[in-house]
Amino acid sequence: MKRPFYHYVTIGIVVLYLIIPLLGTFLYSFATEWNHTVLPEGLSFEWYQRLFSDSRFIDAFIRSLLISLGTTAIAVLIIVPTVCAVILYAPKLEKYIQAITVMTYAIPGIILAVGLIRSYSDFQLSKILIVMGAYFVCVIPYMYQGTRNSLRNINGAALMEAAEVLGASRWGAFRHVIVPNIIPGILVSALLSFSILFGEFVLINMIVGTRFETVQLYLFAQTSKSGHMASAIVVCYFVLMALITALIIKATSSRKTKKRAAPKKTWFKLTLPKKEAVKS
Amino acid sequence: MKRMNWFAASFLIPFSIMVLMFLIVPILSMIYDSFQKSGTGFTFENYQTVFESDFYLQAFANSIKISLFSSLLALFAAIFATYSLTKFPQSVQDKVMNFANLTSNFAGVPLAFAFIILLGNSGLFVLLFEKMGISGMSSFNLYSMAGIILIYIYFQLPLAVMLLFPIYHGIQDQWKEAASILGASNTQFWLRIGVPVILPSLVGTFSILFANAMGAYATVYALTGSSYNMLPVRIGALVSGDVFAQPELASALALALGVILVIAMLFNEWLMRMVRRDLR
Repeated sequence: MKRPFYHYVTIGIVVLYLIIPLLGTFLYSFATEWNHTVLPEGLSFEWYQRLFSDSRFIDAFIRSLLISLGTTAIAVLIIVPTVCAVILYAPKLEKYIQAITVMTYAIPGIILAVGLIRSYSDFQLSKILIVMGAYFVCVIPYMYQGTRNSLRNINGAALMEAAEVLGASRWGAFRHVIVPNIIPGILVSALLSFSILFGEFVLINMIVGTRFETVQLYLFAQTSKSGHMASAIVVCYFVLMALITALIIKATSSRKTKKRAAPKKTWFKLTLPKKEAVKS
Repeated sequence: MKRMNWFAASFLIPFSIMVLMFLIVPILSMIYDSFQKSGTGFTFENYQTVFESDFYLQAFANSIKISLFSSLLALFAAIFATYSLTKFPQSVQDKVMNFANLTSNFAGVPLAFAFIILLGNSGLFVLLFEKMGISGMSSFNLYSMAGIILIYIYFQLPLAVMLLFPIYHGIQDQWKEAASILGASNTQFWLRIGVPVILPSLVGTFSILFANAMGAYATVYALTGSSYNMLPVRIGALVSGDVFAQPELASALALALGVILVIAMLFNEWLMRMVRRDLR
């Protein structure tokens, strides 16, 4: 098929705009010295070696992992059953969950941070727990969408009814019929939630600060110190995000081929696009 | 209504507690705080301070300008790029969309840093253009409104592409064929059919982009610290204020930001009603 040239130009501009900063950072993280010349004076793994032998980075990475994984796990355990219960047994309540979803999606992290600081500054509640609570709220839209779409795809209400007619208890039907069927969809939502929380900066910076240094906070501290180290962190962070995104795409597209009747591109509706305000 | 028994209720309780504690209470207490001034009871003083101060008004103006321009430019580029994309085979479309999905992770601190490497005071592009003898670049300042708009466009672009792409699938080739059989030219088709069909989605996308930019904090904070005068930056500085924290004033600003977002949303809905005939 012959296409007019301008179709290449429009896409080219967007792709170039998106790829150049990535390439620049990537090159910079391998450059030995790059302050006066057009191309780097030399290439080396020095910055990565230093980064991975820096215990501060390793600790920050573990903290990020713990707080994002922990919150995602709690979110899955609480939000998924709630959404299932509401959709299957109390559909009248669904509009409240939708309202919460719109609210959390629309409210920028900075506003939530102000509210949280004011509400809990006088309490002895651990600051990290507050951030985790806020993270929980932040991922509600993604978990809700994923759960609702999965339930809709398998026709959850009918399955549940069939299981109960056949003598399963309500819990048993949920545990043995619904859960195994929605797990792939939930996994995608969980991965998405994890990637959003892993890159979160506003809430953790405003509420806890450097006392609980995550990768984002460590990166922020490094940007003013060593550009090369910082770019090595950015590359590592980006590689992790790329892996997670690849997993999400793989999971959603394999389901797409299994369900041939499903219209193309369902995953765009499956996943709410991430926003800067939520994720950073 | 189906039986709402202990099964559903037992899940709803922890969920409701989390939402109450980490969403409803903080927002309400922020609203309450914005009308308080160190124990003087209910007052509009904070709002008076905000709206009588040139400094805060400038923060509003800067935020709105940057959000408006970055959203419009990103939307403009995305309109053409996504349309061109529909002319390519499925495999290319998938690749570009996956790339957009991937780069949507690149926001906040890492993004600001990547742009500093490229266009900062001794950025790679600045060096490159200097060596090439192009002097125009040396006057470019990344830490200005133009620079911030450039960075914002970066995180708006993938979002715009991901939101716009599905809507072009709404325009079917059959419509074009039908229109051309009836004697419409290509321009007429777009003017009378194409644009009216996609206009509501464009408006909706624009309002999401605008809200996204209005609430963005991490990117500009990582770029300029608290020195560039934008609304989220001011809120952050007031609440975590290293020396003089003024949380009540921060609450007032945060509420004003929230109100702007709500107005943008209502405007979007009003416009939607104007352009979509099926809603009237």
